[in-house]
Amino acid sequence: MDTPWLTVVIFLPLVGLPVLALWTRATDVQARVVALAVALATFLVSLGMLGAFDPSLPGYQLVEHADWVSSAGLSYLVGVDGFSVWLVVLTAFMTPLAIVASWGVNHRVRLFMAMTLLLETAIMGAFLSLDLLLFFVFFEALLVPMFLVIGVWGSSRRVYASVKFFLFTMAGSAFLLLGIVFLWFQTSQQLGHASFDIRQMEQLSLAATTQRWLFLAFFVAFAVKVPIFPLHTWLPDAHTEAPTNGSIVLAALLLKAGPYGLLRFNLDLFPEASRYFAEAIGILAVIGIVYGAIVAMMQTDVKRLVAYSSVSHMGFVILGIFTFTAQGTSGSVMQMVNHGLSTGLLFFVIGLLYERTHTREMGEMGGLAAVTPWIAAVFLVATLSSIGLPGLNNFVGEFLVILGSFGADRVLGAIAVSGVVLAAIYMLWGYQRTFQGPATERHTGLVDLVPREIAAVVPVVAAMLLLGIYPKVVLDRINPTTAGVVAWVNSVKVDQQGLPGGLRAQVEPVDGTGDVTAAAGANP
Amino acid sequence: MTPLLAQVTPAVELRPVLPELILVGMGIVLLLGAVVARRVEASTLLLLGLAGVVGAGVAAVGLWGWDGDLTVLGDAVAVDRFGVVVRLIILAVTAIGMVLGYHYFERSGETRSEFYPLMLFAASGMTLFAVSADLITAFLALEILSLSLYVLTGFSNRLGSIEGAMKYFLLGAFSSAFFLFGVAMAYGASGSTRLADISNALAGRTGSIALAVTAMGLLAIGFAFKVSAVPFHMWAPDVYQGAPTAVTGFMSAATKVAAFAALMRVFNIAFQPVTWDWQPVIWVLSALSIVVGSILAIAQTDIKRMLAYSSISHAGFVLLGLTAAGETGISAALFYLVAYAATVIGAFGVVMVVSSRGERNTTLSSYAGLARRSPVAAGLLSWFLLSLAGIPPTAGFIAKVAVFRAAVEAGYWPLVLIGVLASVVAAFFYLRVIVLMFMREPEEDTEPDESWLPRAVLAVPAVAVLVLGVFPGLIVGVLEEAAVLRW
Repeated sequence: MDTPWLTVVIFLPLVGLPVLALWTRATDVQARVVALAVALATFLVSLGMLGAFDPSLPGYQLVEHADWVSSAGLSYLVGVDGFSVWLVVLTAFMTPLAIVASWGVNHRVRLFMAMTLLLETAIMGAFLSLDLLLFFVFFEALLVPMFLVIGVWGSSRRVYASVKFFLFTMAGSAFLLLGIVFLWFQTSQQLGHASFDIRQMEQLSLAATTQRWLFLAFFVAFAVKVPIFPLHTWLPDAHTEAPTNGSIVLAALLLKAGPYGLLRFNLDLFPEASRYFAEAIGILAVIGIVYGAIVAMMQTDVKRLVAYSSVSHMGFVILGIFTFTAQGTSGSVMQMVNHGLSTGLLFFVIGLLYERTHTREMGEMGGLAAVTPWIAAVFLVATLSSIGLPGLNNFVGEFLVILGSFGADRVLGAIAVSGVVLAAIYMLWGYQRTFQGPATERHTGLVDLVPREIAAVVPVVAAMLLLGIYPKVVLDRINPTTAGVVAWVNSVKVDQQGLPGGLRAQVEPVDGTGDVTAAAGANP
Repeated sequence: MTPLLAQVTPAVELRPVLPELILVGMGIVLLLGAVVARRVEASTLLLLGLAGVVGAGVAAVGLWGWDGDLTVLGDAVAVDRFGVVVRLIILAVTAIGMVLGYHYFERSGETRSEFYPLMLFAASGMTLFAVSADLITAFLALEILSLSLYVLTGFSNRLGSIEGAMKYFLLGAFSSAFFLFGVAMAYGASGSTRLADISNALAGRTGSIALAVTAMGLLAIGFAFKVSAVPFHMWAPDVYQGAPTAVTGFMSAATKVAAFAALMRVFNIAFQPVTWDWQPVIWVLSALSIVVGSILAIAQTDIKRMLAYSSISHAGFVLLGLTAAGETGISAALFYLVAYAATVIGAFGVVMVVSSRGERNTTLSSYAGLARRSPVAAGLLSWFLLSLAGIPPTAGFIAKVAVFRAAVEAGYWPLVLIGVLASVVAAFFYLRVIVLMFMREPEEDTEPDESWLPRAVLAVPAVAVLVLGVFPGLIVGVLEEAAVLRW
């Protein structure tokens, strides 16, 4: 038996829970240290998993299987492939940052840290499950700790934001559950044994109409999480009201569950319907890109600005997925990681500023660069990454997505490009309003980065540079999986009947298996 | 067929009703003992009562490997694994309810020795209801359990308690009458009150289908009343609110289990030939219960009323599973009942702990800031509420998936859609309580009960909810075997 990397990486964070629960006399600092230690250990394990991952294989690796409820076909089935491997590492990487970010939280610290670790387990589990119901269990289970994190430790409108978050997500996933139960029933009908294994479900033959309904049921659940316009309204509230820790986890990790679900389940299980709806989703994605950017520009609250920038950036991710080109899809996965890093860092810095200035209004900041030059520098790096400056991580992902979308649909690609321009405007303007100009008197004497914060920031900045300069290390592991999925989706024929006129003139397979290596410098 | 002689003088085979005999016997002992000995410690009564419940449980388990006749005592009582499982659920709930009741009445200073015998009688009625193979036996069992529950509801000196008992009694009498009328109709249709005979008569078309359908409808009303399915749910909120909280917990969990068990048996055996006629009835009851229960729960300001409406909608979910006739439906519904029983008695248990003497603090607002004053109680209640809402990894989630699957297999898509949407609505009002407990400051000055006994007891359902949520496989096999009804 090989090392069960995946089980360990999923459940290791839970080790901290009994410690935090039973050690009632732990001081706040001790509780934080326990959580941080567990999170760091998990990160090390995730690196071990990365080492055990064979980049040349396209399928699922390190698969672990155990019967759960055998008569119902329910199993504990986890595996990792090129899509999930980086998301898992990202999760393990960002959680320690999130814990450090909320070092200042000082009421009910033990519960707070327990919830953070619970979240990590739930998110890891969602990324690694190959059993649909197991996925759903993790996917739903992360609602509760997130809800508490926002609702108990958030800022003034926290209760509203947390309930809104919960209900939006739960409403979406209700349809997902319906779809899962239907597929399960189909497996017992068609394959002769009930199963939730997605590799089995791929073999189902579903009528085009059925497939489309199921696609929509799954899509709604994931679209809420992404969020795709117009289901995004919970996000600015949740991001803004959450404590820094919550914002980082939400932006860097939780939002990735949506596109990951689309990529893993919608494309895999419903290739025909994916092609059928691609144009419509592409349009929604582009609306999200532009709309998110414009609304972000109008914000005066720096946290809201970053929140809306997430809507815009996630639009790129969705656009890339539904181009069904190797560049677009690889770019999307890359972009998920990138967005996690850069937005996570942005929220981290905003958290630092809020701790010091007690405001999130850009109008009340201004001139902070003179007082806290290092914070300003880190924020600038994150900003530049976020707007896709070449040499930093986001550039690679966005470039690949745009490349892919031009291959699929020029108009959408062209509009998407405008999102990059707009990003430069709102992010740089935001930086200017926050850090430049004359320093106000009330901000004199603010503390710059302390060693603990430097220790948290340096690895993230290093990772951003690494991915910007040498993305091959990431893309090499993504590409084989991408090639498989793109070929699979493009291999199906789309039933033209009932296709709304005007939407996507050419539904013939787009040239999807095109050469991503040229763009990304990766080996075939 | 049983030989003629045996029908005239049925062989007295008592082992299959040993659980009931033990319960009733212990009840009588306690009743007389309390009179004779005058001053008996309540804790002694509690221990004896628990001993009775455990004894009945052991006797029930002993029937798992029963290889005698399918029905005994003149075909009045069925012996099958279904009966064993249902008995065990009811008995487990009874044991928890008894301990909670002991604590409740000790604290409120209303201890009366009749509580324990009444609980035992109620439990015996419930278990008998679940195993009756004859409609007359079923009616008797229904009356035993109902009469005990009427008294238990009015056990407290508060006005609400007495009012609740009165309402329950009056409306319950109505429903019993419907049930009895249904029995008469069934007899008219088939010439027998035995479930197997009714089934055979209807299958062979020797019976009148019109009368049988009428009988089915009337019996359905009787059952719907007991499980508080809409539109026969009116009594539930008042009774749940009025009854002493410990009794409410016992009643809401155990009565539902018993009534659903009897419903499954009667409909899947006696009316099995007219399945196509009763499925729509279940469909409508289910849809109405789910929707009305979930929506009205939002408007409640009292937690006991809220849980009452929640239990109405859960009755709808069990019915959702039952729309799939046969084993799939029964095993799904059984799982749901196990999960629901554990969860709901736990939830009412916490309510009991939080409300102070005289049931003052049952308004939702008294839950504000509970996490600060009593983190254990708040944590437990949140856990049970999440299970009621069907959030993984609780038992409630697996239960919901199970009934959805059963209904999907039966092809009742719209119903599943209603269930899914209603569970989102329901999540809202469960969440509201969690919001109050964790995210608001305390408004009123309440001091939750800090004694160890109820907490220790509530750990049992809490662990059960977790274990069934994470390892449902532990009991799924047993339930699938129990879901086979033979006659």
